[in-house]
Amino acid sequence: MSKSLSYSSITKKIVLSLAGLFLISFLVVHLLINMLILFDDNRELFNAAAHFMATNPLIQVFQYVLFFGFILHIVLGLIIQIQNWLARPVRYNRKGYSELSYFSKFMIHTGAIIFIFLIIHFANFFVIAKFGHIDPITYDSGNTYEDLGLLIIKLFEDGIYVIFYVISILLLGFHLDHGFQSAFQSLGINHSRYTPFIKTFGTLFSAVITLGFISIPLVIYFF
Amino acid sequence: MDLTLKIWRQPSTDEKGKFVDYQVQDISADASFLEMLDVLNEQLVVNDEDPVAFDHDCREGICGACSLYINGRPHGPDKGITTCQMHMRRFKDGETIVIEPWRAKPFPVIKDLMVDRTAFDEIIRAGGYISVGTGGMPDANAIPIPKRDADIAMDAASCIGCGACVAACKNASAMLFVAAKVSQFAMLPQGKVEARERVQNMVSKMDELGFGNCSNTYACEAECPKEISVSHIARMNREFFSSKLISEKEK
Ligand code: FES
Repeated sequence: MSKSLSYSSITKKIVLSLAGLFLISFLVVHLLINMLILFDDNRELFNAAAHFMATNPLIQVFQYVLFFGFILHIVLGLIIQIQNWLARPVRYNRKGYSELSYFSKFMIHTGAIIFIFLIIHFANFFVIAKFGHIDPITYDSGNTYEDLGLLIIKLFEDGIYVIFYVISILLLGFHLDHGFQSAFQSLGINHSRYTPFIKTFGTLFSAVITLGFISIPLVIYFF
Repeated sequence: MDLTLKIWRQPSTDEKGKFVDYQVQDISADASFLEMLDVLNEQLVVNDEDPVAFDHDCREGICGACSLYINGRPHGPDKGITTCQMHMRRFKDGETIVIEPWRAKPFPVIKDLMVDRTAFDEIIRAGGYISVGTGGMPDANAIPIPKRDADIAMDAASCIGCGACVAACKNASAMLFVAAKVSQFAMLPQGKVEARERVQNMVSKMDELGFGNCSNTYACEAECPKEISVSHIARMNREFFSSKLISEKEK
């Protein structure tokens, strides 16, 4: 802890940004695999993809990189936030309203909720898939996979869980909206021509990711 | 115009402060904000009360001494000007104006609305200079500098070090100030010589003094009286990154 406090503010922001961008790339893969569950009724595509992710040795190694990325992003985010709070011990009576990037004010709050979501998400899927038992299913093609898709469908039939999931993902979207463009600025990428593009792209990208993830429980719950 | 002023009063750094309400009458709409405070202070002196302490010097927007957080904004509601350049016509008759000092751990309150900004001087001392031997006047055209670079350096150099960026930032971060000071040299050949140590020393001094980290909210750019661009912050990040990674290690 004390070592990470001694890193300069810019180093921390650069590492935070790189970890964040890495986690974003993971989100894209995750979303693409999740989407498969909507494509066929017997979940064969999705279960095959999940089986691949669970057994491919390269992906297994990558899993640790991913864990590391999460921990780095969370721990650095916390340290930075605590330092930020300490930098202004006496607050203003009138709150400033000049922030231009609205969600930037709530990165720690959206981050905290995403973290809680992550733990529950982990307990629901990852732990069961890894250490619990999932009934296998054999398809006409002759392939047998663990039926992870069924687990998801069952969870998404619970209205409360769907609401929690949707809210968490929405907050994730807000987190991404600021985080995406912010990462580029922290990495020193700011250009009169490309920065507006990065901002617009980041917002659209966040919207697509959010809507993508949200659409799955909604489709399962309502159809 | 008649106004109610809600002003932070604090006798000294170590004593507790509080807001005190004051009334001022018949203020001209053409008076500057500081002239309005002068009127208040004269009133206080006549009544044998302690006048409100606030920083000011040039009163024409070039020194960066004035530093008031007015109704939730450093240097008040207008864009691109300092407190001393703001006029009372910006406010409505009968309005209540809340006036606070800059709030940041490295800027302790000296008295009332006056804060100690020595922290900025310390950052400058850490690297905000170039070392050149004295001697005869060099030829102005001896070192050609592209117009574009000279313009960017000049924009960065327009920073008056008032601290509005720190005051505006939700994290009390000094990144815009330090970035402006790094950038003005980074763009010029004279500054390149010490570029590597400069950025590292200034950034580590800034961290050591307890300023917050940059969240890229850009409140600093929005409130800067000289409208310094956050693109300088990105430049400083690049300078810092390359000074750490790309340059060879000494010794
Ligand atoms: S008093 Fe000099 S800038 Fe305002």
